[in-house]
Amino acid sequence: MSALSIQAHQLSKTFGHFVAVKDLSLEVQPGEIFGFLGANGAGKTTAMRMLCGLLKPSFGHAMVAGFNIATQTEQVKKNIGYMSQKFSIYDDLTLKENIQLFSTIYGLKSAQTQERMKQLASQFGLENKLKSLVSTLPLGWKQKLAFSLAIIHQPRIVFLDEPTSGVDPITRRQFWEMISDTAKAGTTVFVSTHYMDEAEYCDRVSIMVDGQIQVLDTPQKIREQFSAPTMDDVFSLLARKKP
Amino acid sequence: MPMRALAAFIKKEFLHIFRDKRSLLVIFCMPIALVMIFGVVISTEIHHAKIAIVDLSDKVRSQQLIEKINSSGYFQTVAYLHSTLNLEEVFRAQNIRLAILIPPHFSKNVENNASSTLQLIADGSDLNAATTLIGNASNIIQEFAQETSVALRAPPPFRVLPRMHYNPEQKDVFMFIPGILALVLMIVSAMMTSITLVREKEFGTWRLLSSTPLPSMVIIVGKLIPYFLLSAINSCLILALATSVFGMPIHGSLWGLLGVCFLFILTSLSLGIFISSITNTQQAAILASMVGLFLPTTFLSGFIFPVENMPAWLQPIAHIVPAKWFIEAMKLMMLKGATLHSVLKQIYVLTGMAVLLLAISMRRSRKQAT
Amino acid sequence: MVYIENLSKNFGALQALSNIHLHIKPKQLFGLIGPDGAGKSTLFEILATLRLPSSGKATIHGFDLQSKAKQIRKTIGFMPGQFSLYPDLSILENIQFFAHVYGVHFDESSPLTRDIWQHIAPFKHRPAGKLSGGMKQKLALCCALAHRPTLLLLDEPTTGVDPVSRKEFWEMLQSLKLHNITTLVSTPYMDEAQLCECIALIQNGKILAVNSPSGIQAQFKFHLFGVQSAHANTLLKPLRQFEKTQHCFAFGKTLHLTVKDASVSENDIVEYLKTQGHEHVEVWRMQAGIEDCFIELMHSENHERS
Repeated sequence: MSALSIQAHQLSKTFGHFVAVKDLSLEVQPGEIFGFLGANGAGKTTAMRMLCGLLKPSFGHAMVAGFNIATQTEQVKKNIGYMSQKFSIYDDLTLKENIQLFSTIYGLKSAQTQERMKQLASQFGLENKLKSLVSTLPLGWKQKLAFSLAIIHQPRIVFLDEPTSGVDPITRRQFWEMISDTAKAGTTVFVSTHYMDEAEYCDRVSIMVDGQIQVLDTPQKIREQFSAPTMDDVFSLLARKKP
Repeated sequence: MPMRALAAFIKKEFLHIFRDKRSLLVIFCMPIALVMIFGVVISTEIHHAKIAIVDLSDKVRSQQLIEKINSSGYFQTVAYLHSTLNLEEVFRAQNIRLAILIPPHFSKNVENNASSTLQLIADGSDLNAATTLIGNASNIIQEFAQETSVALRAPPPFRVLPRMHYNPEQKDVFMFIPGILALVLMIVSAMMTSITLVREKEFGTWRLLSSTPLPSMVIIVGKLIPYFLLSAINSCLILALATSVFGMPIHGSLWGLLGVCFLFILTSLSLGIFISSITNTQQAAILASMVGLFLPTTFLSGFIFPVENMPAWLQPIAHIVPAKWFIEAMKLMMLKGATLHSVLKQIYVLTGMAVLLLAISMRRSRKQAT
Repeated sequence: MVYIENLSKNFGALQALSNIHLHIKPKQLFGLIGPDGAGKSTLFEILATLRLPSSGKATIHGFDLQSKAKQIRKTIGFMPGQFSLYPDLSILENIQFFAHVYGVHFDESSPLTRDIWQHIAPFKHRPAGKLSGGMKQKLALCCALAHRPTLLLLDEPTTGVDPVSRKEFWEMLQSLKLHNITTLVSTPYMDEAQLCECIALIQNGKILAVNSPSGIQAQFKFHLFGVQSAHANTLLKPLRQFEKTQHCFAFGKTLHLTVKDASVSENDIVEYLKTQGHEHVEVWRMQAGIEDCFIELMHSENHERS
C-alpha cells in the first residue's frame, strides 16, 4: 500500500466527443496543500469529481487514500471530505443541526459528534453562531461551516472546489489560514481555484488548460521556470501558447 | 408594435423549435401516435371473433342463416354442434366468445311465419367485447329476418342494441377524436408555450429582454404566433388522419370546425402563458401543466367519462375545464352537423377564458419589477 | 451621465443597498469593486430598470429611473452577471436577434463592435452554449453593444474567466472610450480596479470609498510594511500580537502589516520578531494597493458598527 494521499495515472474523462480531462497524472503527499489551478471550464471540477469517486473515469486509474476510485468508491468517500462550489449545506437548518446531520451521515457516534462540534466551533470561531439559521449568515460564515462539515469526520484528504470564489479579501485570507492549519494537523488539502495569487499559499500547484495539466511544481519553481514575477503571468504565458 | 422586433422574435422561436429534437417529436409525432393508439387499439370493433353454432334445426333456413353469419366478416365459426351437451367444453377448449343457438323447428317456423327464439351465449369475462358481439349478431339475425320478410322476433333474453343515431357504426374512435384534439392542442399550445417562456427565465434572457425597449407584448405575441401555427397544422393533421384512416364523416362545416379548433388553441396558449407567469423553472411549469391541464383534460372534460355521469360536486369543476367546452362543441359540429350558430355558448365561454387568462398574465408579467 | 442619490433597496428585512451616492461622468470607465453579496448586482438591476429602488433617486442621461424607464432602455446596453443569451442559437443569430430587438441591423463593420467581432467571427456559426467562458463574455459584450448604446452596464463580466481572456476583455473596454461610451463595470477582482478611471468600493450594500484608483491608494490612513522570510506563515501569529499592529494578512508569500503609528520603523519590526525567535526576516515600507485599502476600509467599517 502506498503512503501517497493521491496517486493518479493518466486519468481521462470524455463526454461524447468532448474531452473534459486528458491524461491527468499527479501524486500528492500526506499533509500537502495541493493547488489545482485553471480557468472555469478547464476541467477542474470534472477531475475533482473523479478523484472523489463521484464520477467514473473514462480511462486511466487513480488511488485516493489508498483506495481505487473506480472500484472502491465507498472506501474513498469515507476517507475524504468534499466541499463543492455551491456549499452543500442546508439553509433552513441551524449550524448545529447541519453539523449533527453530517456527523450522522459519516457515522460518527454522538459523543464523538459533541466533541468534534466543540473542537470545530472553537477552531473556526463558530461558538456564538451554533443556534443561528444558516440562511441568516453572511457568505463568509457559510464558507467556514461548509469547510467544518467537510472535515467533520477527520478525513485523510479534503477536496475543496473553488472555496473562495467571490468572497471579500479578509474572509478569503482567513479561509486560507484555516486551510493551512488543517494541513498542519495532517490532513491533505486538494484545492482548486481560479485566483492565481492563491497559488502562493500552496506547497505545490498544477495549472490546467483545456483539460490538460500544463505544469506541476512548487509556485516558486514554476515562476522561475517561466521567469515570470507572478503566477498570473505564468498562466497568461501558458494560455497564449495554446493554438 | 415594432414589427421588425416581432419578426426577429418569431424567427428565433422557430429556430429553437427546429433545433430541439425533443420538442419536434412532441409537436409532430405525438399527435399521430395518439390518434393511432386510440384509433386502432381502443377501437371496439371486433372482426373474425371465434364462435360456435348449435344448430338444433339443421334445415335449409338455418343453413342460410349460418351462411349469412359466416360471410359477415364479424365471425368465424369454429365449431358446429347439434346438441348443447358439450357446449361448455367447446367454449373452454376452443376459446369461443359467442355461441348462437338455433332452436328446433326454426326452419319450419320461418316457413310458417311463426315466431321462434334464438339464444346468444357470450363470454361475459370481457363485457365490452361481449356487448359488441351480441350487438353484431343480433343485427345480422334481424337483417336475415327482414330479408326473408318473415316476422322473426328477436331473441328475448337479450336486448337488441339500438343503432346509435349519431355514430351508426359505433366506431368509438370518432368519439375520441375531439378529446385527442383537445389533449394534443393542450400539450403543444399550453405546455410547450409555458415551457419556452419559462426557459427564457432560466436562461436569464427574460431579464435581459426586460432591460430593452421591447414591450412585453411583443414577447408574448412572438411566442403565440409560432405555437399557434404549429397547433393549427396539428389540428388539420389530426382531422385529416381521422377522416382518411378511420373514415370519420364531418357533418358540419369544415371551416366552422377549424374555427372552433383555432379558438381553443388561443385558449390553450393563454393557459400556457398563465402557467409561465406563475412558475420560474421548467420543472415547475411541467408539473403545473400536468396537474392543471392534462388531468382535467383527460378526466373532467367528457373525453373519457361523460360529464353528466360525474358526481354533482365534480360537475362545476368540469365546467371550468376549457377542454370540456371544446369537446362539446366539436362533437356537436362533427357528428351532429351543428352550425357555428348553435355552439355560440361554447364559443363565448372559450373566448372569455382566453381573454381573462391573458389579462391576468399580462398584469403579472408587468408587475415583476419590484 | 449617471446620478445616484441616496438610493436604498431592501428585500424584506435584508438591506441590499443603503444610501448609495454615485456620480458617473460621460465616457468614464467606472468600476464597482466588491465581493459577492455586496449589492453590486442589485444596483445593476436597478440601473437596468429591472427593479425599483425602495427609496432615493437616480437618473441616467437626465431621465428619471422610475418615470422614464422607456427612454433609458433605449440608451443602455446591459450584460447581466449570469450568461443570458440563447445557448441553442449561434453567435451570429444571437447578435442579430438582440440588434433587431432594438430595431437595428447588426453591422459587422461598425467601428464600435469591429474589434470584438474579429475575436468571435471565426466561430460565428457555433451555438453560444458551446463556447468557452471568455468567448461567451465577448459575445455578450457584442450583443450589449449591437444597438450602439451610450451607457454600458456590465455586471461581473470577467468572473471565472481565464486571465488571458480577462486581459483582452479589459482592453476592449478601454477602447470603447473612443466611441463615447460610458461604462459601469463590476468585479470581485481587486487587481482589475487599476484598469478603471474611477472606482467605488462596495461592501454590505454600502459604498466604502469613491475615487480614482490612485486617489484611493493615497487615502490610505495607516502605514504599510511588507514582511518576508523563508517561513512567512509562521510570522503571522507573532506579528498580529505585536502591540503596534492594526492588522496583518498574507498576500501570497508576503505578509502585509498595517500599523497606525507613524513612528514605527522597519527596524522596530525586525527587532520585535527577533524577540519572538524569528531571524532572517526582510521588512520594507510599501505603497498600499487597492486590496490593502479595501481591507482597511472594511476594518474601520466593522469598528464603527461594533
